[in-house]
Amino acid sequence: MSMNRREFIKIAGLSSILGIGGVTGVTALKNSVEASQVSKNPEALTAKRWAMVVDMSKFASEEDFQPCIDACHRVHNVPHVTDNPKHEVKWMWPETYEHAFPGNEDEYRAEKYQHMPFLMLCNHCENPPCVRVCPTQATFKRKSDGIVMMDMHRCIGCRFCMAGCPYGARSFNYKNPRPFIDESKENPEFPTRMKGVVEKCTLCYERLAKGLEPACVEAAKEVAVKKGTTPGLIFGDLEDPASEVRKILSERFTIRRKPELGTSPSVYYII
Amino acid sequence: MLEKAIYGGRRYWVWVCFLLSLIGVGFLAYLYQFQNGLGVTGMSRDVSWGLYIGQFTFLVGVAASGVMVVLPYYLHDYKKFARLTILGEFLAIAAVIMCMLFIFVDLGQPLRVLNVILHPTPNSVMFYDMLVLSGYLFLNLLIGWTVLGAERKEVAPPKWVKPLIILSIAWAPSIHTVTAFLYAGIPGRHFWLTAILAARFLASAFAGGPALLIILAMIVRKYTKFDPGKEAIQTLGKIVTYCMLINVFFLGLELFTAFYSQIPGHMHAFQYLYAGLHGHSQLVPIMWLSSILAVIAIALLVFPQIRKNESLLAVACAATFFSLWIDKGFGLVIGGFVPNPFEKITEYWPTLPEALITLAVWAIGFLVLTILYKIAVSVKEDVVFDKYGERQIKAE
Ligand code: SF4
Ligand code: SF4
Ligand code: SF4
Repeated sequence: MSMNRREFIKIAGLSSILGIGGVTGVTALKNSVEASQVSKNPEALTAKRWAMVVDMSKFASEEDFQPCIDACHRVHNVPHVTDNPKHEVKWMWPETYEHAFPGNEDEYRAEKYQHMPFLMLCNHCENPPCVRVCPTQATFKRKSDGIVMMDMHRCIGCRFCMAGCPYGARSFNYKNPRPFIDESKENPEFPTRMKGVVEKCTLCYERLAKGLEPACVEAAKEVAVKKGTTPGLIFGDLEDPASEVRKILSERFTIRRKPELGTSPSVYYII
Repeated sequence: MLEKAIYGGRRYWVWVCFLLSLIGVGFLAYLYQFQNGLGVTGMSRDVSWGLYIGQFTFLVGVAASGVMVVLPYYLHDYKKFARLTILGEFLAIAAVIMCMLFIFVDLGQPLRVLNVILHPTPNSVMFYDMLVLSGYLFLNLLIGWTVLGAERKEVAPPKWVKPLIILSIAWAPSIHTVTAFLYAGIPGRHFWLTAILAARFLASAFAGGPALLIILAMIVRKYTKFDPGKEAIQTLGKIVTYCMLINVFFLGLELFTAFYSQIPGHMHAFQYLYAGLHGHSQLVPIMWLSSILAVIAIALLVFPQIRKNESLLAVACAATFFSLWIDKGFGLVIGGFVPNPFEKITEYWPTLPEALITLAVWAIGFLVLTILYKIAVSVKEDVVFDKYGERQIKAE
């Protein structure tokens, strides 16, 4: 990635001040920057709309899902805030059925479904309310591949997006997160955050740009190899009929969280 | 005219110093929050807005309610409000300033607040809220100052203010409507996702704001030579009565829809607020206090004989104000977050630093209000009024 979003904005701003680019010039530049973000590296993984399938048959116990969570939180330097559960920061975590799909409870549903650890993460909604409400575009949907991104340097910490997200996918840094990151495990390639900004799963855009799959997907694959099964997290392009996620969606019965809200989540669950 | 603010008696200065000390304490609390982050408040991942945003919401209502005196006077030529309008306009100014401060102290990264202007985002309701609030502040400052200035010189106010006044009348409901839209357009928060929210906001604002104005007018009358007028206060009392009744009616509509439909998501917040949910009931006592105060207020207000007794009217207004302050400045925001999107419950209660900061913002508001009222009253005390409360203009 040769130019990040901030630098682009500076250049775009400068060029419009200098009168180099009018609106069209800026748009063209923006498109080329967007393109460069995903295609600069020839190995980068690209898609029109990224999606994830969570196959719950592969997540029976903690040892199946915890590696995925740990991988995500480690590569993204997610603080492990333990002293006050109210200040918890999490990008991926388990919830039981009744909490993951509230309103669908049924007291007679088989026990095994009631206690399944459904993995929660940002749904990268096609129509994301968090983006709609953000007053600074600090959270925005990347046009090229549908990832709902965070610009933690622009976020003013108003937390409107947290009220707006119907999935509880967002965390706020109620205090300086750095003391809660294990230094020995810190990933120097991913920025740590400061207090007062919101964060969430960014679908590993930084890894995709390098041609790597999301950290949680990679971890799920490792677990699968150990267990001799197929991985519980499948990642792919929703708009590519030949992609693996599409293949699964065309064969298996899948559900999404709160589809009635019209957000169109990109995370699917197979029970 | 500003110089009028620095001539005051002992009582005036004691009051100003009291406010300044509250502001000082709150400022220290804010430095503490600034240093340590919003973790020093009672807010959480689940209840991510609290007292600050509640106060903001409530005060937008107080600001908007200035229109309840401006409109009858300018559009219906209701002369008895002549002496009240400036108090209403200045109350609006103080309220908008508090609103802005409450937003500011709520930000996690306050130094980046200008990002809202640097990266204007028309799809965010917050963007419009910023526009309408600053516009309203500007209008009220300009109008209030110009009209008062003209009064001091004992001339008629310049012609160009009239269109601005009409504009400000139309503008006032917009600030509270947009504020309601901050909440009412969010999918998945059942408590807020109701088409009637803006209407409820306006009704409660037009009850709570004038209730406060009545109390302020009584204080002004008690401590200065300026009398806003007995009949003006009575008319305002009528406005409070009707709006309070409409407000309670609207709340009833919400309750009916939630509990007759029996849709759990629609009932949860009400259950949590008024009865407790799954053993969590921290807010139940204050919500009932709010309801009881509302009943007392209405019982005193609906009977004209009682309302005509000014001390009972004052009690009714105080009850109205505190009832709505709890309901809107607290319950409304927290109710939207409980239960959370996972239907789990995290409770919220403000912490000491949060309360001190809140108090300081109110103190700033009251300081602004005191100074503005001091100026207004000093000007008014010099002006001669006829029996309708219409000022006598020499130039005519
Ligand atoms: S899950 Fe929440 S945070 Fe993620 S895109 Fe949807 S609304 Fe936004
Ligand atoms: S907290 Fe940050 S990302 Fe969320 S709405 Fe506010 S500015 Fe946008
Ligand atoms: S996609 Fe990446 S950021 Fe999102 S949960 Fe998985 S590892 Fe974390």
